[in-house]
Formats: sequence, structure tokens, C-alpha cells
Amino acid sequence: MINSLFLINPSGEIFLEKHWKSVVSRSVCDYFLEAKEKALEPEDVPPVIHTPHHYLISIYRDKLFFLSVIQTEVPPLFVIEFLHRVAEMIQDYFGECSETVVKDHMVMVYELLEEMLDNGFPLATESNVLKEMIRPPTILRSVVNTLTGTSNVGDTLLTGQLSTIPWRRAGVRYTNNEAYFDVVEEIDAILDQSGTTVFAEIQGVVEACVKLSGMPDLTLSFMNPRLLDDVSFHPCVRYKLWESERVLSFIPPDGNFTLMTYHVNAQNLVAIPVYVKQSISFFECGSDGRLDVTVGPKQTMGKTVEGVMVTVHLPKTILSINLTATQGSYTYDNGTKLLVWDIGKLNPQKLPNLRGSLSLQAGAPKPEENPSLNIDLKIQQLAISGLKVNRLDMFGEKYKPFKGVKYITKAGKFQVRT
Amino acid sequence: SVFLLILSNVSSNYLLFSHDLVGSNCAAVLGLCGLLNSSTCSDLFLLSTRNDDLKEMLESNKDSLKLDAMKRIIALIAKGKNASELFPAVVKNVASKNIELKKLVYVYLVRYAEEQQDLALLSISTFQRALKDPNQLIRASALRVLSSIRVPIIVPIMMLAIKEAASDMSPYVRKTSAHAIQKLYSLDPDQKEHLIEVIDKLLKDKSTLVAGSVVMAFEEVCPDRIDLIHKNYRKLCNLLVDVEEWGQVVIITMLTRYARTQFTSPWKEDGLFDENSETAFYESDEKKTKNGDEKKSYMMDPDHRLLLRNTKPLLQSRNTAVVVSVAQLYWHLAPKHEVGVITKSLVRLLRSHREVQYVVLQNIATMSIQRKGMFEPYMKSFYVRSTDATHIKSLKLEILTSLANEANISTILREFQTYVKSQDKQFAAGTIQAIGRCATNISEVTDTCLQGLVLLLSNRDETVVAESVVVIKKLLQTQPTQHSDIIKHMAKLFDNIAVPMARASILWLMGEYCERVPQIAPDVLRKMAKSFTSEEDIVKLQTVNLAAKLYLTNSKQTKLLTQYILNLGKYDQNYDIRDRTRFIRQLIVPNEKSGALGKYARRILLAPKPAPVLESTYKDRDRYQLGTLSHTINTKASGYLELSDWPAVAPDQSVRNVEVIEPTGKSKLSKSSDDKFYSDSGEEKEKGSGSSSSDDSSSSSSSSSEESSSEAESDEEKSSSQSSEESDKSSSLSEKSSSESDSEQKKTTKKPPQKKTVKPTTKDSACPLVCGPGERLHGFVSKQVPVSLSLYSLCILTPCPLSCAAALLQVSGPAFVPEKRHDLLHRMTGKGLSAQYQFPRQPCLYQPTMVSVQISLTNTTDHPLEQIHIGDRGPTGLDMHCFNTVECLLPEASVTVSLGVDFNDSTQAANFQLCTKEDQFSVSIQPAVGELFLPATMTEQDFRKEQGKLLGMNESSATITMAAENTTRQPISRQVATVANLGVVPSGQDNIHRFAGKTASSGAVVLVTVELRESSAALITINTEKSVMGPMLLRDLKRALARA
Repeated sequence: MINSLFLINPSGEIFLEKHWKSVVSRSVCDYFLEAKEKALEPEDVPPVIHTPHHYLISIYRDKLFFLSVIQTEVPPLFVIEFLHRVAEMIQDYFGECSETVVKDHMVMVYELLEEMLDNGFPLATESNVLKEMIRPPTILRSVVNTLTGTSNVGDTLLTGQLSTIPWRRAGVRYTNNEAYFDVVEEIDAILDQSGTTVFAEIQGVVEACVKLSGMPDLTLSFMNPRLLDDVSFHPCVRYKLWESERVLSFIPPDGNFTLMTYHVNAQNLVAIPVYVKQSISFFECGSDGRLDVTVGPKQTMGKTVEGVMVTVHLPKTILSINLTATQGSYTYDNGTKLLVWDIGKLNPQKLPNLRGSLSLQAGAPKPEENPSLNIDLKIQQLAISGLKVNRLDMFGEKYKPFKGVKYITKAGKFQVRT
Repeated sequence: SVFLLILSNVSSNYLLFSHDLVGSNCAAVLGLCGLLNSSTCSDLFLLSTRNDDLKEMLESNKDSLKLDAMKRIIALIAKGKNASELFPAVVKNVASKNIELKKLVYVYLVRYAEEQQDLALLSISTFQRALKDPNQLIRASALRVLSSIRVPIIVPIMMLAIKEAASDMSPYVRKTSAHAIQKLYSLDPDQKEHLIEVIDKLLKDKSTLVAGSVVMAFEEVCPDRIDLIHKNYRKLCNLLVDVEEWGQVVIITMLTRYARTQFTSPWKEDGLFDENSETAFYESDEKKTKNGDEKKSYMMDPDHRLLLRNTKPLLQSRNTAVVVSVAQLYWHLAPKHEVGVITKSLVRLLRSHREVQYVVLQNIATMSIQRKGMFEPYMKSFYVRSTDATHIKSLKLEILTSLANEANISTILREFQTYVKSQDKQFAAGTIQAIGRCATNISEVTDTCLQGLVLLLSNRDETVVAESVVVIKKLLQTQPTQHSDIIKHMAKLFDNIAVPMARASILWLMGEYCERVPQIAPDVLRKMAKSFTSEEDIVKLQTVNLAAKLYLTNSKQTKLLTQYILNLGKYDQNYDIRDRTRFIRQLIVPNEKSGALGKYARRILLAPKPAPVLESTYKDRDRYQLGTLSHTINTKASGYLELSDWPAVAPDQSVRNVEVIEPTGKSKLSKSSDDKFYSDSGEEKEKGSGSSSSDDSSSSSSSSSEESSSEAESDEEKSSSQSSEESDKSSSLSEKSSSESDSEQKKTTKKPPQKKTVKPTTKDSACPLVCGPGERLHGFVSKQVPVSLSLYSLCILTPCPLSCAAALLQVSGPAFVPEKRHDLLHRMTGKGLSAQYQFPRQPCLYQPTMVSVQISLTNTTDHPLEQIHIGDRGPTGLDMHCFNTVECLLPEASVTVSLGVDFNDSTQAANFQLCTKEDQFSVSIQPAVGELFLPATMTEQDFRKEQGKLLGMNESSATITMAAENTTRQPISRQVATVANLGVVPSGQDNIHRFAGKTASSGAVVLVTVELRESSAALITINTEKSVMGPMLLRDLKRALARA
């Protein structure tokens, strides 16, 4: 299945390689680097490349390329999904997934990769199992390790891999037993020039942070499960019970995990929390243009809209801009032509506005299309779909856990065409 | 500098550092800081070509130094640097006691063993020793490393190790052996035959851990040996939900291939029906019935259905690879009307990572060509965002184009208009092509599209204009008659267009339709004659073509121009153009040498040309199985396995029937219920009826054969319990169970000689608490009792309390058999035939999931009734095993027959027809909920453990006032036993009474607790995951125990 893995940074340097079968020369990456040269953006590199003897499947994530080498037929998603798990594992272990982090923990990453695949077939990809085999570094432990010369490799023989609930490690003990759930909803929308919704939908995800001792069996129920149109679950969720009774019943993994993702029924109208009034125009004759953007709250259910940010990819022919913002600040990178206006909290009384002039390169024609605006926002304590968690019950353990649910609404792919 | 030198001496690799110092102090300071920060590796160190210090460290006595050295070596390997010369120094540490060090040495070994074969052999004995280790994890890791060492000399050792590991007690070791099979096969393909044997063995394994890995090995080693799958097919289907996600992908892919060879197509009849449904209304009745017959003639194989049913929940998986593999399974196997279920899940994946989107969109593109309807409701999910990557954009465009139809085309075209303006010009060009495709596919919008495209001709961007020209050319070709003004318009734009392809296209159009634009075409040719030399080759060729065509139609005006152009072409640098010019000249200019061909010049050059077909590039991608690499790259990847066509006639279905392997009738039911954590085992249908009945006959025929078989069984148990004891050393939890198995073993060895005349109830009596009268009544009970020690002992190794507790659950004989009979058929309605039924509470002979029912038939007439049998079973579709036809029932005689009904754990009545030779009577058996259980025995402790898992929604309870007589153990037990077929669990407390059982069909645990409180109050608690049966049982119990 998966033959080798190369980690490549955006400048094309291969800084880690791991082979699970016979060694494949790193020159195989040349085909990939060639494709990377051709692509304008790193995102545009095709995920599957066909070379004379190998197939290269790559993902680009956190400014790193994860490139795997395949020799025979295998479902491409199998590989892609695995590569993302690798990235998630690094993130999980070291707090972030970046070139420096990997270079700092080269040996541990290598050992983890060794455990994750056997002969190219996934062996242990559950974070709970891996953490039992190779303990993640903490500051305290690294100090202790340097002083005592002990290591991060689990010296007790692990058992998690053998259990029928492979996602949960055994013998979990906490003094404070707590279970927190974050219901995070993202609005994906495309609005057209006049502000009408071309397309809008809500994606939700229930992130859990469960730190409970023993083998708790949790049941989470919603006030209005009918809202959920399409769902996908962590393997721990008992699907049959969801089918019959619309509750989430599960023995949770230890720590952070994504319990479920869902899609809210498309028939329900999606409330769009902000409106954007914009005009971007370029004068036909002169090499000048104007930009005027106002953002205001629309259907916010009485909550404050925070963290509002407007991102615009300005046309390549723009020479310079001169704008003033009534609220927040804007940054503009002339290299990438990226304009970011960080507004912050929306004040309904005094709507933030950004206006000013754009100047084009001399002689450049007027851009045909106005750039679209990407909006970012956040609303605390609100699930825009109206989804509510009803209750959480725990069985199987005696203690009383702390429970908490938090709702957040964010903008997902929220785009305003101009 | 001196200070730095001292400091650097502190660090371990001083040698090199002092070199570096000479260079620049500043860099050295920085380097030093970096060195101190990262303890594992330093880039400076890599400069060293000799690894002497590393060798020294490896040979030291301190583990910490060795460890440090190994870490640096691994870092070197990770960076792709060569560390092979350290092999001798490293391999010495292979037997180290330090686990971390050992692990790193293993990693090193696997990487370099292939290059240093001789030295690698030094380590083999260590692994061979570890293969015998009592700890399963050590055995597994030894096998893993041993099989990863790609040294051909050790092939026999590997083969032996794999064979041994394949029958290891631990499923984890067996899993590792499945992985090792592939490694050995790639090292030495000659071992194939032996490896297939091992695969065959492992395929029979019932552990979810093993399933995925062994199927992977099967796919790699012998994907064509489909016969190995037959017997395991149902098991794999049933285990699927609980296999880890990566294994699921592999199994689903394999089963898709399997199903295509074993089942008949569910599509043909579908398609036929669809076609005929419209006409059927007007056709004669005769034809209609024929149609109906055809439709009826297709019956989906139950195994085919099983696969579809068991994969469906996996559409909800978080793993995108699993979702797509299920989607492709449905696409390739499900009846057309069922494929729709995958749509939503596929659309969901579009919110995943970009790379996932890419693959999923490709698959959707292929699907949407064949089945527009599937994705049309989700059209808006394919709208393009400016932030999408280029390849995603073009795929979305592709799909939107395929989805376009008369109804939605206006929406799509409006959307396309936005895209055309995109800053991504490549994408804009793609959109124009898409518009062209829509225009050809949907004739209603052709004109609108053409107009829109013509407007684009005045676009400032060259690529957009060029693409428009090319698309317009193709469109015009399909309907050239009415569009001379568009051609004129294009001629006007000709001067402003610089893209060669577009210029060439316009020239071609001019030439092709020169008779429609007689004024303009010669003028264009004149301009071209001027600029001929500076044009691109492709434009030159078209200019020559245009000249030739004009010469033929309008030679008066263009004769000189043509000759001029032909002369220019004659001396062109490009040989293609020279060739073409020569050819054209010979063809059109009459001279003596030109042969017969000249006469046909007009017909050659101005032949009517077929319009190009604008079609999707995904048109024929469906020749590859969806979701595969081959589908993605659109060429056959190495190792791609073709999906065969449906067979015209289904191969023998019975090959998938599973016989009971051991003559002692060990059933698989209980095993599956403990291995599977969440799936419902009720779906497992073991059709072992034939073999179990033959079992029965053999057991009743001779006692001597019985003895030998039970002896064999006890031997087997002995060995298994021994081995489980062995593994106990490492695993902590199984103490109790192994002691239990000991006692059981003793019993089994003792009993047969004593009870020679009685049929072998040995297995039953394993639990001394079960000595109900029922056992003596129904001696052959044991046949069906699903206790299999050899299988359990595997689970004992898994230190999960759940599986252990389930393993201790054993089915016992009934504690009490109620005499109550129910009327099935009254003699008045039955025209003299009367029938009564009762539940004998014995496990059913025919299938373990069935409940047995005894029917006594009485003839109250004065003439004999002939051929009493069961007829039509009605639509409810309960699985039923009928009794043999009663040939003749004399007057006043009665006969008792037994029946097996799989009530599927519901109190739904079994409806069927009881037939005699002359009449048939509809009757129904209505089971009380209590009859759907099989009693089980367990210890109080296990009971509590099981109960702990079945709380919350799985619990129903009620407080009642007990009838006065029901306050002691005896009456309570009897009352409960009357209501429900449950076993008594010994209780330490006097006031608490416990009963346990499991449902017949799915084997779900049912626990009943009766807790006596003060003043004859009592709390009845029922714990079962069957949330319907719980309250029903509670109601019945309340009625029985409460005061009247």
C-alpha cells in the first residue's frame, strides 16, 4: 500500500523520509517538484501524480507537503485520509504541525510513523493507542528525562490496541472528571452583488474534550435532532441507537476528539448574520478606482458578532491603495495583493466602513471582474441553526462529572461576490 | 573563543565543533545555542563523515549513551542520510534490555538489513527466541521485525514463523502474521502456495482485528482465489461494522469484486421495467402480465442483500475512504433505485480537505454523467468559490455541466456568467467550453449561448476570446445555416485576435462557409497573404486551406492570391506546411501531371464534415471501478483488479453456507456476540440446519461414537485451556475464566462414561447451577448450546471487561417449562382439525436463532386427514423451519410436531397457513415476550458487570406491591420462570433475586432483578439493549408478581 513518505517544505526541501517497504530513492520527488513548479499556488498541485514507476499522492497542509509513494492500486482516499491523520497526529503530539516542530522532534515523529503503518498498511492510527506507546513530550517530562535519563517510550506493554474499544486507553484516572462539548457551526454562503443569497448551508461539528476516569458510557441527546440532516460519527458512536432513538451513545476516547459532524437540513432557511454593502469601481479612463465597504449586523439573534474580518484578493494590476477604516485596521500586502481588514466587534450603532482609492498600474486595463470578499466572523453562545443539547448522561461509573456545552457560530466559506 | 571551546567540549560532538569555530565565532555561538536546545540532533553534526564517536557511544556500557547515539542515527535516517556503516555497532544492541533502545535498533535493522544481509543474520536468533515469548506483544513485534528484514536466506524461517503465528492464541499476533504474509510474498513469490494456505486459515478467523489485515493479504497474494471467500462471506459482512476503518476499506473493495462474480445483476429487470412502464399502460393485459413475470423473476440473493444492508451504516463513517468505498459498492452493486442513498454522504465529503474533494468530485463527475438525477438536488454544492484550487474548480464545472438540463439551465448559465469574469483565466476558458457543451446538449439554449459567446469575443482577455472562438466554431459546425452574421462578426474581430488557435479557427470557419460570406472571405485571405510569413504554423496551414477552398469556389477573385500563398508556403521552414502546399497545389491547380484526383478536389476539400461532439472527459471513466487509483488517473494502475461483469446465471449459492465445523455442534453465535461490540449479531444467519440435523441423528444412533467425539472435544478444550493459562502470565484478567474452564474440562472428561445412555449433555452441565428439569426432558439440548471454549480463550486475552463478561455468559437449559397451551386452530374453524401450540423452551434444532414451537394436531372428524403441512407463510417474512408433512392423521388421533420460528426478537406474530389435502387455514402464533429468550447462567459478579453496561435507556424498572405468597425465593423464581425463559443467577442477598437470559435471535443480554423492599413492595428492574422487549417483559412480570 503506502510505500514511502516524504515531508517537503514549500521551498522544495525534503526534510524527512520514511520507508515502510523497500527504500525508494528520493529522486522520485522530482516529478512532484516539477508539478509544484508549474502550479501557481501550492494548493494547485494535483493531489495524484502518475510517474513511470510510482504514483505520488500528496496533501498540502499547514504549509507542508506530505508526499506518499504508491506502487500498486490503492484507493487514493485511503492514502489521503492517512496522510491527514499523520498531520493530525503531529498536531496532537506537539501542539502544531510545522517544519520546525518536525525537525525538533525528528526521532519521535519517525518512531510514530513506524508505529502507524506496518508494511504500508495502517496499524495504529488512534491517538489514544499511539500515546500509550510513545508518550507525547511535555515540558516537565523533558526536564525529568534529561535529568534521569528515562525516555518517552512507554515501558509498560500497552493494551489499547488489543481491546475491543481501540479508541480508548485503559486505566484512565482523573481527579477532576469533566466532559466538555463544543457545538461549532459554520455558515458556508455565497452572496451576490445585491446581497441575495446564492447558496447557503450550515455545517456543524461537535468537538468533545472528555477527561473521565474509568470506562464511562455517555449518552448525549439533543432537543431538536430533527434539524440534523446528514451526520458522520466518530467510530465510538453506536449507530443503531442513533438510527432508532436519535441519541448519541458512546464510550468516549480519552481527551479531545471530534464526536460528530453534521449538516443542517437544507430546507431550513439559513440566517445570515451580517450584511455587506460594497462598491468597488474602476474608472474607465484614468488609472484609478474606488472601494467602499460597509459591514452591518443582520440576523444575529440578539448576540454580538465578533472577530469580523474581510479578506480581499485585489486584482494583480493594482499598484497601490489608500484607504481609511472607521473601525479596526487593515493590512495590505502588495506582493500577494491581499487586503485584510480586521474589524473586530460589530457595533450596530456605528457601522464600520472602509473606503478609499485604488490606483492601478499605469497603462493597465481596467480589471473585468471585481474581487470577491471573504468574510470571517464569530458569534459566541449561539448555534445559528438553533440546535440545542438536551442532556448528557453518564453510565458505568459512580462519580459525578462536570459537564459543559458551548456554542459557537463561525463563518465558513462565506463569500460576497461583487 | 576559549570559553566557547570549553563549552563545546561539554557537548558530545566536540570534534567537529572545534573545526567550525575557526570559521566564525558568531555562527558558533548560534550553533551552540541550537545544539543545547535540541538534544536529539544537530545539523552541525551531520557534517561529520566518520561516525566514530557514534560507534564509541554504542559500544559504551551506559544505556543512556547508547540511546543518545541511536537517536542521532535514527535522525540521520529520517533525513535520508546514509548510516549503513554503523550496522555492526548497532546490531550488537539488538538484545538490549532497554525497551526504547531496542525499539530504535529494530527501526534501524528494518531500514538497513537489506543492504547488510550477512550482518543482519546475526540478529535473527534474537527474534526467533522472542517469537516464543509468553507476552503476545513481544511475539507480535518480533514477527513484525523479522518479516520486515528483507533477506532472502531467512525465507524458510519467516515461513515457519508465519505459520505458527497464524494459529497463535492472540488475535494481535495473528494480525501481525497476516501482515507478514504480504512481506514474505513480496520477498519470495515462490512461497505463494504455502501462503495461500495460511491466508485460508486466517480468513476463517473470527476476530475483527484480523479480518482487515488478512483480506489485505488476500488481495495482494491471491486475489483470484475467490473460492476462499465463499465460506467467510457472511462472516465478513457481519463483522464489517466492527473492523477498524482501514480494514473496512479493503474488505468492502474486495467484497464488491466478489459480489460481481457471484450474484446476478439487479439492474436488467430494473431497466426493462422502466422502459416498459410507460408503454405498459396501453399494452394488452397479456403483455402486462408478462412484464410482471419478468419483474418477479429477479429475486435478490439474500447474501447480496446482506452486503448492502451491512455496509449502509458505514456511509456515516468519519473516514472519507470508507464512505467512498461504500458509495462505490452501492454504485456497482445496488439496484438502481437504491443508489440514491449515497448522494448525501458524497456531498458531505465536499466539505472535507481539498485533496478529498478532488477525489470525490472525480467520482461524482463519473456518476453524474450516467445519473444526473442523483446529484441534481445538490447542484448548489458544486458552485465554485474564488478560493477553490484550480483543479477543484474545473471538476465542479464538469459536474455542473453534466447536471444541466432544460429545467435548471438558466440557473447554471447565470452562474457560468460569473465564472467567465473570473480572474483565473484558465478557469474562465474552462467555463466557456462548459457553456459550449451545455449549448450542444440542450438545444433550447443553443442560440442564447451563441449570443453570449459572441459577446465574449469583445472581451479584453485573449484566452477568453480565443476559447470563445474555438467553441463558437464547434457550435456553428453543428448548425451552420443561420449564422452567417456571426461569421461576419468574427471576421471583423480577426485583426484583434492574436491567439493562434483562435485565428486558425476563424480561418477554418471562413473557408468552410465561404459561400455564405462571399464578400468577406477573399478579403480575409488578402490580409493573410500579407502577414503569412509572421503567422504561427497552425494559422499558416489554415490559410492554405482557406486559399484552396476559395480557389475552388471563387477562383476569379482569388486565383492570384492563392498562387501567392502557395508560393510562400512552398518555401516555408516547416515541412508540414511545405507538404500541405505541394498537395494542395497538385489538387487544385490543373496541369498535365495532375491525375484523376483533381476532378474530385471539390469533393475532397468541401465535403460536408460531421459536427464534433462536445462531451465530457469523464465519459468513459466508468470502465474503472469507482474510488480506485486507476479511476483517478484514468489509466490502469499496476495491480488494478478488473471488476467483472455480472454473471448471466448466478453460481451456486450454497457455497456460502457455513457448516458447523466441529461435530460437537459448537455454535458460532455466542462467539460473534462477544467479538462484535456494536453490531447486532442478529443478522448473522448461519444456515447450518442440514448439518446440525445430521448431527442429531448421529448422536442418537450410537453412544459409542458419541463418546469418542466428546473425548475429542475434551482434548481440544484441554489444549486450549492450557494455552490460555500460558498467556495468563501476561494478561491479568483471565484468572477466573481459566479456572472455570478447568472445572468444565474436568466435568466433560468425567461425564460421558456415566451417562452413556443419556445423550451428551456434558456441555450444558458445565455450569453446576443449571440443573433444571428441562434438561432431562430435552436431552438433545446440548447440540445447540453455543459455548466454545477454544474460541473464548482468545477473548480472554483481551483485557477488556466487556468482552470478558460476555464470554462468561453461557446458555443453560430452561428452568421451567410451562404447560400452557395456546389454541392455534379451533376444531370448528378447522373443519375438524384442531391444533394447539406451546413453547417447549428448548433451543431450536434447526437454527440457534429460532424459537422452537410444538404443535399438537388432533383430528376430531370421522375420516382421516391427509397431508397436513405448512403452506404460504404470508408477507411478514419471519424465517421459519416447517415440520415435515404429516401424511395421514387418523380420526381421533393426534400428533405432535415441532417448528422453528425466528421471531427476530419481536413479538410480531408468525402468520402462516396450515394446510390439509383439501383445505387451508390461516393461523398465527403469537409469542409472549418471555418465550423469546434463552436462559443464561452467570455469576453475580458478572451479572453486576453486565448490568453496569446496560443502564440508562437500556434499563426499565417499576415498583410494585407483591402478592403475599410471592415473598420468598421459590415462588418468585417460579413466577418469573413462568413468564419468561430466564435462568436464575445465584444471589448473595436474600432480598434480591436475579435472572439472566439472552434473546434467541440476536443474543442480546437480558437481565432481570427483583428487589424486595419493606412491606411487600418490590422493585423490578430489567436491563437489556432491546429497548422494546424490556418494557414488555416488565409489564408481564408486573402482572405475574403483583397482587391480583
